[in-house]
Amino acid sequence: MDTADTSSARETRSMLINIGPSHPAMHGVIRLITELEGEKVMNVEAEIGYLHRAFEKSCENSSWTQVMPYTDRLNYVSPLINNFGYCGAVEKLLGIEITERCQYIRVIMSEVSRITDHLTCIAACAMELGAMTAFLYFMKAREYLYEIVEQVTGARLTISYGRIGGVKADLPEGFEANLTQALKQTERELHEVDRLLTKNRIWVDRTRDVGILTRENAIAYSITGPLARACGIHYDVRKAYPYFAYDRIAFDIPLGERGDTYDRYLVRMEEMRQSIRIIRQALRDLPGGGVAVDPQGRVMESCELVDEAKLGHTAGLVGVNSTVEPTLDGTEKRHRKRVVPGDRGVVLPSKEDTYGNIEGLMNHFKLIMDYHGMRPPAGEAYFPVEGANGELGFFVVSDGSDRPYRVRCRPPCFFSMAGLHTMLVGYMMADVIATFGSINMIAGELDR
Amino acid sequence: MSDQPGFFTSKLEAVIGWARKYSIFQYPFVTACCGMEYMSTASGHYDMDRFGAGLPRFSPRQADVLFVVGTISHKMAPVLQRVYAQMCEPKWVVAFGVCTCTGGFYDNYATVQGIDTIMPVDIYIPGCPPRPEAVLDGLMKLQTKIQKQKQLY
Repeated sequence: MDTADTSSARETRSMLINIGPSHPAMHGVIRLITELEGEKVMNVEAEIGYLHRAFEKSCENSSWTQVMPYTDRLNYVSPLINNFGYCGAVEKLLGIEITERCQYIRVIMSEVSRITDHLTCIAACAMELGAMTAFLYFMKAREYLYEIVEQVTGARLTISYGRIGGVKADLPEGFEANLTQALKQTERELHEVDRLLTKNRIWVDRTRDVGILTRENAIAYSITGPLARACGIHYDVRKAYPYFAYDRIAFDIPLGERGDTYDRYLVRMEEMRQSIRIIRQALRDLPGGGVAVDPQGRVMESCELVDEAKLGHTAGLVGVNSTVEPTLDGTEKRHRKRVVPGDRGVVLPSKEDTYGNIEGLMNHFKLIMDYHGMRPPAGEAYFPVEGANGELGFFVVSDGSDRPYRVRCRPPCFFSMAGLHTMLVGYMMADVIATFGSINMIAGELDR
Repeated sequence: MSDQPGFFTSKLEAVIGWARKYSIFQYPFVTACCGMEYMSTASGHYDMDRFGAGLPRFSPRQADVLFVVGTISHKMAPVLQRVYAQMCEPKWVVAFGVCTCTGGFYDNYATVQGIDTIMPVDIYIPGCPPRPEAVLDGLMKLQTKIQKQKQLY
């Protein structure tokens, strides 16, 4: 029908369609109010805030170290990056240097996390377009990596592995072999999904030239991460403002050309390969650091140590090397020096010291108890890391007390949500699902 | 007539219970972190399908079990209640993760302190998030509950 006819004789009305907040393709919780004309999207409004959990307010009521579990749950698909981002901000405020080995551990674990994030994003996006096989293959790959994360941190998802000044524990025994194996398996799955999707006619038709984000819009809405890189913007915090050990590692930043959903998919796939490359290099260069050897060589169970200490039999206990429970594996004294600096005002003492001597116990007490914890000097610091979705920044303000005055998180999703309508308007209703899936909106960090 | 169900009635109930517990169509009301573990449980590695709960339905009209997966904020609560109201009887609710059980460590103005304050809950699966093994354990407990309860038909 021609336009003149529409305007004069027939009345056309646009239709409002509400998607979400409980909708399988809305990745948790967001509500899109779309205005349709036929099947064409004329306007989109995104309503956010359904997963607001008061992250920033909760941080103000916790001590500096207690913030860590809250950061896990910001971007719950790649929690390790959040941990290290917050740690980096507080370390910057305190002006402490982390050990060389710790920097490499942080790099390795961040990249593992980034791979799990991209795997989940592509898997979910593919599933929503009907490619269930790709979803199952990527979930399989993610499981291999979760097992590695579990060996290192003790938990699969919400790991709280970062510590201000270091990490919770050293890498477990056999880590290198296990990780190498897991990476091989992940690469196999990547290859399989690559063969399933990249040249798949249906996949290409559904994603090519769909949901285009222009370069200008990406910059105007300060969108970072894979979305920005898919439209050719060469910005990656790991290259632009190198942190941890990224300046010593060679890797490429994949760039797209058109900024459409297909380019975002390609960028994410390539980033996973680059992450594997980074991990391999970091594993190769992982410095050992000095392992402290106990001169007496005596070993006691930590529970025995506690019992002895309670009975007052403390003579000769100083310097005793105790074993710790399996869940605390890697936190022993000989590992501590490699992964945390010797700053007693910030870093928890090793478990042997806590249970074995009064200085260690008091040190532990002073850091853990309410109103005793560490007190960074008054001031503020901003520390950006490259999260899986873009620049993830933590801005912390201290007023010199034991609690943060303010913890502000710059969530990368928030900005892509602000520019969401530019990617959806003008396309078909069915394209909303494909485009939205490729944005990788994570409600936890969006709403905080 | 005694109050005790007769032979055929009780056998029929057992059969219906058996059928229902192995054909759980769930509605995953996924909001937050727990969703990642839900995905792990549903995929190949842990394979929820072994327990007859392999098909998520994203329409409350077709679902028997409402999996509330993740933190429920006060803004989300009315949506959840509406989804629950739209489900047909018999229906069950699983509180997946500690946020849905008690509010977890989000003890603040934004979070509902346990979904049992707004709707009935059958099974609580604690954990932040619960491991897939814990989820499967909760699912088996739900199956036992379905088998044992008085069947509406």
